[in-house]
Amino acid sequence: MASSHRISRRDFVKVTTVALSTIMGAAMGIPVIGYLIDPALKVQSSEAWIPLGPLESYPIGTPKAFSFTRSNINGWEKTVNSYGGFILKKSDSDILALSNRCTHLSCSVNWDEGREEYVCPCHDAQFGSEGEVNAGPPPHALDRFETKVEEGNLFVLFPAVPHHEG
Amino acid sequence: MFKNIYAWLDERLGFDDLYKGLLDRPEPHGNWWNTLGSASLFLFIMQGATGIFLTVYYTPSPDHAYDSIQYIMNGVAFGWLIRGIHHWGASLMVLVVFIHMLRTFFSASYKYPRELTWIIGSFLFLLTLGMGFTGYLLPFNQRAYWATVVATNIGGVVPGVGPFILRALRGGADVSALTLSRFFSAHIWMLPAALAALIGVHLYLIMRHGESAYPDADD
Repeated sequence: MASSHRISRRDFVKVTTVALSTIMGAAMGIPVIGYLIDPALKVQSSEAWIPLGPLESYPIGTPKAFSFTRSNINGWEKTVNSYGGFILKKSDSDILALSNRCTHLSCSVNWDEGREEYVCPCHDAQFGSEGEVNAGPPPHALDRFETKVEEGNLFVLFPAVPHHEG
Repeated sequence: MFKNIYAWLDERLGFDDLYKGLLDRPEPHGNWWNTLGSASLFLFIMQGATGIFLTVYYTPSPDHAYDSIQYIMNGVAFGWLIRGIHHWGASLMVLVVFIHMLRTFFSASYKYPRELTWIIGSFLFLLTLGMGFTGYLLPFNQRAYWATVVATNIGGVVPGVGPFILRALRGGADVSALTLSRFFSAHIWMLPAALAALIGVHLYLIMRHGESAYPDADD
């Protein structure tokens, strides 16, 4: 009766159901995958040039402290962290920017005028004016910021990077 | 090869028997109103799936609930879509379940031997309303907060036990962090578990009794 290439009503319903389900599944499935992996795809670039004011306000030969804050947004949570360091201007073209974070356990070091050293209050670590380890437990020298001067203003590049002598 | 795999699985699982017994069973002559039960089930599964995905980012605390939903809506790829489906699906589910109930009533399908199906269905409707009630608070915006203040106050005017009901619903005297977390718990664990269990019984009863035929002129 019915020729072989005619599709029965029952088969038509089956095929249509499967096709529609597949389309709906894909239409929902792809957005869901995007939804789940979305935070992994967002790479936050934390690098930034931090302005530290006119270069002439930094004395030659003595470290001067600076500080700044960076905010970090993860989803709906915003955290603000403080960072600091010292600018040692040897000349207008030779500027050293050290992080004040002790490489031992991340306490903040201070410049000791009398001893001409950075001293960590936690475990009495001592760093020379170039950030090198003079005494105490730190494994390596203080981290350094890259610097640049634009129109007389000093900038440091966040974040500070480890400095290895030699 | 797929046929062999299927045959191997079928021999152990009994797909074909299940399929014949559960889905390929004889039905009375079709009527679109009879599809509302399946539509309700579909909406329940869809609400479950989108709800599970929402919990990836949603945070049930007064500090973060609103912000986390703002993040879902504006920060995450397709977050607006997932939440939109959950939001509109919720209203649609209440509507579809209610019309399903009206259909059962008007076609007198609740009569012997399907009384138990009807009673369980009534509980399913109440649980669906409970899902709407608890889900409404979760965005924790002004509308959600005051709607819950008003609705829990309604529970509080029950004679005698009213004040206790009010405190039990809120987890204390005020709508607070405790209210939010207990509504969240009810919304994602307790009510869905109860719904899923009762839906199971409901479906079993439907398969056992088959669908009711519409009365014809001779009845």
